[in-house]
Amino acid sequence: MTGQQIHQETGLHADVTVEGRLHATLHAEPGRVVAVIGPNGAGKSTLLGALAGTVRATGRVEVAGRDWSDLPVRERRLGVVFQDRSLLPHLRARDDVAFGLRARGVPRREADRRALGWLERLGVGDLADRRPAQLSGGQAQRVAIARALAGEPDLLLLDEPFAGLDVGVATGLRIELARHLAAYAGIALLVTHDALDALTLADEVLVLDEGRVVQTGTPREVAARPRSEHVARLVGLNVVREGDELRSFAPSAVAVSPRARSGHDAPATSARHRWAGRVAAVAPHGDAVRLLVSTEDGPELIADVTPASAVELGLEPGAEVWLSVKATAVQTDSMRP
Amino acid sequence: MTLTAPAPRTGEAAHHLGRPPLVLLAPAVLAAVLLVLPLVTLVLDTPWGTFLTELRSEPVRRALALSALTSLLTVLVCVVLGTPLAWLLARVEFRGRGLLRAAVAVPLVLPPVVAGVALVTALGRNGLVGSLLRETTGLTVPFTTTAVVVAHVFVSMPFYVLSVEGALRTAGERYDVVAATLGATRWTTFRRVTLPLALPGLVAGAVLAWARSLGEFGATITFAGNFPGTTQTMPSLIYTTLQADPAAARTLSMILLVVSVGVLAGLRHRWLRPL
Repeated sequence: MTGQQIHQETGLHADVTVEGRLHATLHAEPGRVVAVIGPNGAGKSTLLGALAGTVRATGRVEVAGRDWSDLPVRERRLGVVFQDRSLLPHLRARDDVAFGLRARGVPRREADRRALGWLERLGVGDLADRRPAQLSGGQAQRVAIARALAGEPDLLLLDEPFAGLDVGVATGLRIELARHLAAYAGIALLVTHDALDALTLADEVLVLDEGRVVQTGTPREVAARPRSEHVARLVGLNVVREGDELRSFAPSAVAVSPRARSGHDAPATSARHRWAGRVAAVAPHGDAVRLLVSTEDGPELIADVTPASAVELGLEPGAEVWLSVKATAVQTDSMRP
Repeated sequence: MTLTAPAPRTGEAAHHLGRPPLVLLAPAVLAAVLLVLPLVTLVLDTPWGTFLTELRSEPVRRALALSALTSLLTVLVCVVLGTPLAWLLARVEFRGRGLLRAAVAVPLVLPPVVAGVALVTALGRNGLVGSLLRETTGLTVPFTTTAVVVAHVFVSMPFYVLSVEGALRTAGERYDVVAATLGATRWTTFRRVTLPLALPGLVAGAVLAWARSLGEFGATITFAGNFPGTTQTMPSLIYTTLQADPAAARTLSMILLVVSVGVLAGLRHRWLRPL
């Protein structure tokens, strides 16, 4: 695969391998925002590192017509928003944002002017003289985003930009980031754990699992037809794997009935669509009651029932139940890309 | 980042945890007495009446000036050469790095007189480098002020390098990576990120090196000799005076004590919180 020639003019074209951790091929056009999602340890941060050059990788990376494969980190025109912000502790916000410009040869005054401009655009112009220790998490993240964008990079890498922020702060920042990403001409890669980020910010979604790309598509496509258990869970669907087939269905489509010890009272559906299990947890979910059921032959499934039937059927943790789902409510996908 | 409960002030917990046991208290008191008593007796035994006269005497002024000059030059050489060495040890992977680090630490445990003998074999008139230097330029190092500085650098540099290397490792490589993604060269990163973040370690290392240099005696007298005006530093003068006039030696020792404690106290407030 690594010998494959890549000859495009614009956008991001990468085919990278990090021994034992990641093998991924991806393409993105300029102006696009790609959300990278996947379970912990799937290789999301490794992928960003491989593109940035901070993680040793083989293969090819081409950005905006330039071959980055053998370029040292500092010669890649990129902006990185690190998960922990990583603002330089000894610098004032304005100097931190100007740092990259100065390093790339912009004269001091001009760099300072542009840095202030970016801080103002991110709504933290009044904090320009503060050091990281004097900034809140949300403020620091705004400075970090300003710093990443100030260099007008061809590739913008955001590693869980809302991690560790209060929900309110994250929501405000998400809306603003969407605006900045819409105005940004380069390619943005956004690692996230949050389905909402992927749906609101991204044009495309790339799903990683065990170091491989298991699915790409628009957020809508990926949410509607998830091809991995992680994504199905992320968008709140049940997912059952059978060989190469992945069957998914909504928790509201699951019917629940009490089960006798003998097990002879199985619902009259095909064995593929019913599961014997035990209620593991019960929690309110909107107007419904959400049950987490551990089934006897494997997957954990979620089922939404009305509060009335939860009481009537005695659905408490430990209750033995049958779960079933109508065949028409199940969506079947192949896991083979 | 993890949140930790604020640590209780030292001593606060002791109140709840009971009396300190005698088995720890007794040796602790003994250790403190051992460290403090000689300094107290030195202060008591110093003939204070002649202190100022002694301080103004020609040999003392010359030795003090030489000690000040050589110790400052030593610190300068340590900073200029030692900082890059510390950076190399902390940041660059190469074969033999562990070995080099061990070699750098050897002068820490070497008896100073052995350091002096070793310096003679390298830079003495007939030493490996010394003879070459003499043949090509006619210059000789031993028994010059230069030799004093060389000897001091040899014994002081390890303190500096290990202190700075520790500071560089603590600051971590993380911000170097950040600087690289912002387009900075390694040199820019070193100047604008690595060095400022490691500055407290640099200052602490410089103070340690300076203190070691100020008190250096064994390697200096072996390699550079004891000539008033060129190689006679304060410790060498004290050693010489001790044989003729022990009372005067006490005064000189007191002078050295006052100078070093004074400098330490001056720096402590701003830089040396942990010391």
